[in-house]
Amino acid sequence: MSLAMFVQHLFNALTLGSLYALIAIGYTMVYGILRLINFAHGEIFMMGAYFVFWGVTLFHLPWPIAVIGAILVTSMAGIMVDRVAYKPLRNAPRISALISSIGVSFFLQNFAIVVFSAIPRAVQRPDWLVKVIVIDKIRILPLTLVFPVLSFILMMGLLYVVYRTKPGLGMRAISKDIETSRLMGVPVNRIIAITFGMGSALAAASGIMWALRYPQLQPVMGVIPGFKAFIAAVFGGIGSIQGAVIGGLVLGFIEIMIVAFLPTLAGYRDAFAFVLLIIILLIMPTGLMGEKLEDKV
Amino acid sequence: MDAKLKRNYILTGVAVLILALFLFWAGKNLDGYKIQILNLIAVNIILALSLNLIYGFTGLFSLGHAGFMAIGAYTCSLLILPAAQKHAMYILQAPMWPFSVMHAPFFLAILIAGLVAALFGIIIGFPVLRLGGDYLGIATLGFAEIIRVVANNIPRVTNGALGLKGIPPYSNLWWNYGWCLLTLYVIIRLVKSNFGNTLKAIRDDEVAARAMGIDTFRCRMTSFVIGAFFAGVGGALLASLITTIDPKMFNFILTFNVLMIVVAGGLGSITGTVLAGVVITVLLEWLRFVENPVTIGSLTLQGVPGMRMVVFSVALLFIILFRHQGIMGKREFNWDWFLGLFRRRGEAR
Repeated sequence: MSLAMFVQHLFNALTLGSLYALIAIGYTMVYGILRLINFAHGEIFMMGAYFVFWGVTLFHLPWPIAVIGAILVTSMAGIMVDRVAYKPLRNAPRISALISSIGVSFFLQNFAIVVFSAIPRAVQRPDWLVKVIVIDKIRILPLTLVFPVLSFILMMGLLYVVYRTKPGLGMRAISKDIETSRLMGVPVNRIIAITFGMGSALAAASGIMWALRYPQLQPVMGVIPGFKAFIAAVFGGIGSIQGAVIGGLVLGFIEIMIVAFLPTLAGYRDAFAFVLLIIILLIMPTGLMGEKLEDKV
Repeated sequence: MDAKLKRNYILTGVAVLILALFLFWAGKNLDGYKIQILNLIAVNIILALSLNLIYGFTGLFSLGHAGFMAIGAYTCSLLILPAAQKHAMYILQAPMWPFSVMHAPFFLAILIAGLVAALFGIIIGFPVLRLGGDYLGIATLGFAEIIRVVANNIPRVTNGALGLKGIPPYSNLWWNYGWCLLTLYVIIRLVKSNFGNTLKAIRDDEVAARAMGIDTFRCRMTSFVIGAFFAGVGGALLASLITTIDPKMFNFILTFNVLMIVVAGGLGSITGTVLAGVVITVLLEWLRFVENPVTIGSLTLQGVPGMRMVVFSVALLFIILFRHQGIMGKREFNWDWFLGLFRRRGEAR
């Protein structure tokens, strides 16, 4: 493999990895606070993508407005999902909320089939994102430069909120101990809503970029990226935002590089992440940066 | 006490006889579509009972059912397909040696399908059963996905994405309900045995169970493997029932349907699983009408594709949100209760 090829793969991997990372952050934040795997997160990702292309094609909105609008609407949807399907189950056995999230996931998928139809839609991409840049034999798409940078900015923004603001302090407090936080006057339900909103906003951003990178929309597009991003979150140590970012990037690299170096394995691409998951759970169940959770007796 | 036991045996025998008579009548009088639904009910009950053993009684949140079903379905299909038909069907690559010639009668094929699924249960159980709660769920889900991706990529064994077609339709009401009753019997005996109590102890408090000297890993493994066996059997029956399988079929939705039956019936209730198996299978078929055009007077409403699953998932959400213990909770059917029903009514009159 030539160096030029390698650099191209590197950029592809970085893009894919940062998209996984953005989704993984949503999983890890919700898990950190509620100890809930939010299966519906992949569907939030899908909704973000659909909303933008609705905005652009149906309402003829300019791109930036459509993107911001879609992210806002999607984060509202994320908060709604929490209100309707998870909040009533806060005191129920934890597995109930998990099943509820699977139910929401299927509901949103099939609702999307009803509303958007199951036929995959092509995405019109702005020219400046897909005009190939050639630098000394290296041919890369501009979007593989733009997307990692955008993702990085979004992650920095998130880290700022979590570590430098009052709601962020609330989130960190709740993730340690929800009951004590409530006693200390943390508005638990509002903080949880903010968490869902922010996680969903990042998922929507990722969904939009995903649709521009792989220009096709379909109602089940969120399932596989959702699972993989969850695996990335487990790899990085669930509950840790930095871990989710590292996990996403590592997973992106593994996928792109295995297919690049061993093309015969390309058909197994969707299985890498799950194999990685089982290995990780075996040797390092708490992930790279996760805190050790012990069974309380 | 002894007389009561005897009475219960007789009553159960009578119930089985009534079921047999009903099946005989159904096989003669009902049309193909209704018979197909009856068959699906039996298969779904087998699948749901096996998941209820794993999840409802042992507390292992397993989402890998589709994987075991796929293994069972492929094993059984490869065993009952005639060699010549296999050679004609594998157009991508010729079938590999043992798979190209192996053949077994239907009953043996189902048994082997279950055993192979159980073997995979052991293999996957060693790494994943040490995990708890949601991690186990996601790891078994990963296992099912890996099975699906692998099935897609070994065309010399599975015919790849094209799947297997023209599987001999041996599976009929008698096979399906026979296996269903066998599953029911095995699981009831298992749950009511001392081993069943051990499983419930692990489900309710693993740490306490371990402190009592229970080898939790071994018990969980046994339950998981028995569940996997019956999931494989269910998959095998399903393959012969619908005569066509491909890797895409064994996706998460399949697991979800089975999980829905278990949750709706009540985790840890065999009666609930059987009831929910009947209700949900019928409901899923009946709901097809929302996807067909409906004519009311002169008004014709266009059918909406996908609406069926929307209604279905909303139903699941309602159950979880408003009655998360399911139809039966943990209660079970017994003859005392059944007879009491008549007696009380008699007294009231």
